[in-house]
Amino acid sequence: MKILVVDDEADVQPLFIQRFRKEIREHEVEFDFALSGEEALAYLKEKHQEVVLILSDINMPGMSGIELLSKIRHDYDAPPPVVMMITAYGDEENHRQAIQNGANDFLTKPLDFTLLKEKLKTLITNG
Amino acid sequence: MGFFQFIACFLLLNRLNRAFIDPEIKLKWGKQLSLSSWGMLLVYLALQSFFGEAGIIFLGSILLGGILYYLYKEPDFDQFRFYLFAHIPLAGVGLIASLTLFIAPDFYEKYDSFFDCAILAAFVWPFARWMTSKKQREELKMITLRNNQLDTLVAQRTAELTEQKNELENTVKLLQATQAQLIQQEKLASLGELTAGIAHEIQNPLNFVNNFSEVSMELIEEMDEELAKGDTAEAIAIANDIKQNLEKIIHHGKRADGIVKNMLQHSRSNSGEKQPTDINALADEYLRLSYHGLRAKDKMFNSNMVTTLDAALPKINVIPQDIGRVLLNLFNNAFYAVQQRHNEEGDSYKPEVKVSTAMKGKFVEIRVTDNGTGISDSVKDKILQPFFTTKPTGEGTGLGLSLSYDIVVKGHGGTMEINSKEGEYTEFIIRIPA
Repeated sequence: MKILVVDDEADVQPLFIQRFRKEIREHEVEFDFALSGEEALAYLKEKHQEVVLILSDINMPGMSGIELLSKIRHDYDAPPPVVMMITAYGDEENHRQAIQNGANDFLTKPLDFTLLKEKLKTLITNG
Repeated sequence: MGFFQFIACFLLLNRLNRAFIDPEIKLKWGKQLSLSSWGMLLVYLALQSFFGEAGIIFLGSILLGGILYYLYKEPDFDQFRFYLFAHIPLAGVGLIASLTLFIAPDFYEKYDSFFDCAILAAFVWPFARWMTSKKQREELKMITLRNNQLDTLVAQRTAELTEQKNELENTVKLLQATQAQLIQQEKLASLGELTAGIAHEIQNPLNFVNNFSEVSMELIEEMDEELAKGDTAEAIAIANDIKQNLEKIIHHGKRADGIVKNMLQHSRSNSGEKQPTDINALADEYLRLSYHGLRAKDKMFNSNMVTTLDAALPKINVIPQDIGRVLLNLFNNAFYAVQQRHNEEGDSYKPEVKVSTAMKGKFVEIRVTDNGTGISDSVKDKILQPFFTTKPTGEGTGLGLSLSYDIVVKGHGGTMEINSKEGEYTEFIIRIPA
């Protein structure tokens, strides 16, 4: 499955790639990265059919994760990609906003990769 | 005719006796005056048997003159001098009449009605003088009373004013102390704002340190497996990854370290030493701190940030925590302005805060620009004043810009320029001598 990770910190990339080493090697997952909401949208313009899951940080300069989320829900709804929000601020308000705007899930930083892997497994088995 | 002088003496002494109010003087003179006044009458009766009219008038006048002279010499009777003088005519006329009667009795007989009138008039004169003086004395008494009253009033008023002055002085001292407190609070408040931003700033590098450490542990296990399998190439590849991870751990660890050091520097008040400082790094750090600080207060806050930092900018001698505070204040204001405009105009408006650094001649120039609500001309004159703020009560102390101005101009010999168009943009330009 193709996964798009949106985060303004560039160092998340080696983190994901190393954490999902095995899965990447066995072609279970494929990761692409965008450093901003705008970059993500540009990417999605071309590849939205292929992307199954989008993992997005909420607090980014410029377009926030929530804005990106609502744009995705608006522009790409057939089929709607699964979107999970990641953020350092794990408070009620953020959670509510994320769910309200159509996020499928909500994760807090630091990422618990084991938990993430489990969620992905559920996603795959549920089709 | 002879008795007028004696009666005048009697009345004079009596009146003087009664006129004294001061008990001390009454004690001193009372007996003498009353005794001598009665003595006058005795003397008259005695002289009646020995002397003729001329003699009696003469002696009476001499006696009167003598008493007048004696009393004139006594300082206790100074206030009655006018009264003593009023008796002189009587003594004088008496002398003249008696001498005339003695030397030229016929002349006296011829003109005796004139002499009688003169003596009578001279006798009455002291009465008149005493009456007018009484009036004057009453007036004087009134005026003295009024004066005393006024003196009391003035003393009262002075006491009141002195009390008020003391109260005011105390209030001024209190206000000065409060002002100093507020300035210190402002510094602490800006530190408090930083704390949220700093917590976030530290969280990120710490996350990386943790995550990369964990991943590296996993990789080492994998490497063991690969080595056991004999796949050296794969093992070497993994080792490379581990090496990179460790480099990242060092990098993020240092990042967190730097942030903490910055925070400690900021909280120290007035350690005042200028050091060569990388303004670009300072601007970048405080921009992010300001941004995250505001985000911590308002989750919905968002803004674009553009940094145009001249890489060739030399390090300049400044007090880093002071300049940092200035930059933080400017960034906070810029973000506040764009936030306000966003509240007014909604999502169609794109908030943007720009910071740029450049070398302009001998000065390092830092520009902070925002496309927020702007500053009206009437406000522009006041924004550098201490305690002036456009924020609602409780949201800002109004000290940020005045402190910043002091730091830039007085502390570093630089300049601060403000350009703005209401509703469109605001730009602060700081120039610091390199």
